[in-house]
Amino acid sequence: MIELHEVKKAFNQGRPNEFWAIRGVSLTIERQRVTVFKGPSGSGKTTLLSMIGSLSRPTAGRILLDGRPISGLPERFATQVRRDTFGFVFQQFHLIKGLSVLENVMLPAYPSGRDHRSLKQAAQALLERFDLAARASSRAEWLSGGEAQRAAICRALINQPQVLIADEPTANLDSALAQSFLTIVGELVAEGKTVLLTSHDPAVFGSPQVDRVVEVHAGRLLESG
Amino acid sequence: MRHSDRVLALLAGGLLLLAASGLDAGLRRQAAVAELRQQRATVQALELTDLCLFTEARYTRHLSQADLHTPFQDHPLAFDHFPSGSLVSPPLRRE
Amino acid sequence: MQHYLARQRYLIDYTVASLLRHRSKNLGLLLVYTLVVFMLASVMLFTHSLRQEAEQLLSAAPEIVLQRLLAGRQELVPASYLEQMGRIRGVSERHGRLWGYYYDPVVRANYTVLVPRDRPLAADEIVVGAGLARSRGLGHGDFLSLRASDGRPVAFRVADTLAADSELISADLILMAEASFRDLFAIPAGYYTDLALSVRNPREVRTVAEKLTLALPDTRPILRSEILRTYATLFSWRQGIVLVLLAGALLAFVIFAWDKASGLSAEERREIGILKAVGWETADVIGMKFWEGALISLGAFLLGYLLAYLHVFYLDAGLFEPVLKGWAVLYPSFHPVPFIDGLQVATLFFFTVFPYTVATIIPIWRAATTDPDAVMR
Repeated sequence: MIELHEVKKAFNQGRPNEFWAIRGVSLTIERQRVTVFKGPSGSGKTTLLSMIGSLSRPTAGRILLDGRPISGLPERFATQVRRDTFGFVFQQFHLIKGLSVLENVMLPAYPSGRDHRSLKQAAQALLERFDLAARASSRAEWLSGGEAQRAAICRALINQPQVLIADEPTANLDSALAQSFLTIVGELVAEGKTVLLTSHDPAVFGSPQVDRVVEVHAGRLLESG
Repeated sequence: MRHSDRVLALLAGGLLLLAASGLDAGLRRQAAVAELRQQRATVQALELTDLCLFTEARYTRHLSQADLHTPFQDHPLAFDHFPSGSLVSPPLRRE
Repeated sequence: MQHYLARQRYLIDYTVASLLRHRSKNLGLLLVYTLVVFMLASVMLFTHSLRQEAEQLLSAAPEIVLQRLLAGRQELVPASYLEQMGRIRGVSERHGRLWGYYYDPVVRANYTVLVPRDRPLAADEIVVGAGLARSRGLGHGDFLSLRASDGRPVAFRVADTLAADSELISADLILMAEASFRDLFAIPAGYYTDLALSVRNPREVRTVAEKLTLALPDTRPILRSEILRTYATLFSWRQGIVLVLLAGALLAFVIFAWDKASGLSAEERREIGILKAVGWETADVIGMKFWEGALISLGAFLLGYLLAYLHVFYLDAGLFEPVLKGWAVLYPSFHPVPFIDGLQVATLFFFTVFPYTVATIIPIWRAATTDPDAVMR
């Protein structure tokens, strides 16, 4: 369970171009659910998601994960929480060019120093599952859009996180691929993962796999079903 | 094979060779003892004062026997003609 | 500890994979770096070995050589000086030396002609150094014709050649009898090139030298310790071409390395952002970059040093021959003895590995501490 208490985020604080992206958000996100943050671009949904994933810190307010505060931790611990708890699928996928797909998938586990053989097996199993086994040794930039997203999902899952965070996951996909992404999301939730998405694609928040849609507007919530 | 294994193996090989070069140097020094003694005897017998490294100019052939003026013997402003003259410094005198 | 090592291995995995992406560029860098280390290490090993050999050999040189100076030039010394210097306490032996140079127009080489004191030779006999014998194609029983100072040719028979393994001290020598020497160069009886003095107690050498300059004001004593000192500083780093060459090479490399190591491309910056976002700590990013610098510089050091070792001690420093030879025709063929100064090797190691690694890490610092949410924006 993730709880947000009066979370606020300002950019360029104290300077003339100060800008409040999030102006006070309180929210409880349940486990094993798909929650979509919906809103126009610039509404603050991505900022909100990056704070939940402890990629950035709120300027004010607190974020709790299963009752433990995860905002305001020193960098090392925040990184550890991020590595162990959250998996990220970025809008542009952000695979590292020149490295093989397999290496890309293994990357988030490097700092954990876990056994290499079991890590490699886990990565290969993930690639197998997402139908990428044949491309394991291809360079990341040779993948098609759909393949790149599946590789990014593999990478997000390598550390077995509780929570999968995807930013605009369908923005770079056609509708068939978007549909298969939502199918994957459904499977992951069935396995016990919590999934958080941002999107302004009706195909996403209208989908049966989505449990809850939270509407964000100008840094505040407009809650809906 | 992992990249790191390959690289670390190469480094270990290099370090091993480095150690081997030290060992080799010791062995070769030992082997040269007799030869050096022989050469030393020649130096003593012929009363040699210098190494025969540069034979192009007398102040570099007998480096220790040249005086500070020698490179300028032809003219105080003469340039050094000889490449070896720029490789060595003038002989050292008592402080 | 185990965890730490496992983590460092992963960082090396990433660094190597990322270096391999620009394979030719990075191999080129390694090659140039290796070449610089090779040059430096070759100079270092060669000069140190030569200095050590000089020290061992020349410690058998005469304790004092007394030269006479006339208007700033070395002049023949009258034999009467041997008497004139008087009895100096501690001098066990004194005698005149006869030696000089001979320019051979046939092969355009300079020889050192020397009269040995302990080796009786007939008037028409000479003993030649191995280098000279090689360049003139002389063997035992062959004849060598030299031009006397009055122009007439004088033929000498080669009675012997000096041992080939002593070329470093004797390559250009011609040994001949005293009478032949005086005849060839028209040096009147009663004159010597210089005087050699033996001193029994090494602590008295300095006093003896002072007494000599007082007794014979137009002379200059050269002590064995000065000879040794002269050779101890042979090819010190400040000397002439060595410095110019090395400084040029080093500067060029510094520019190259700086550009390579410190120019953090937008691509690299983006990658660091991704690594941080997927769970790498700042320390991991810096560690990864540390390995990049350390692996390249350590590899270059090992490779360059080992190649230099082979070059100097197995190929007799062949690349330096043209430099050392200059315009000379005679060059001794000798095999440097591997005297190695551990401190010098350590210094070389430090100066090749440390600055490059630091130059690789420093620019990453800022990039590594940026907020990981940059990739989301």
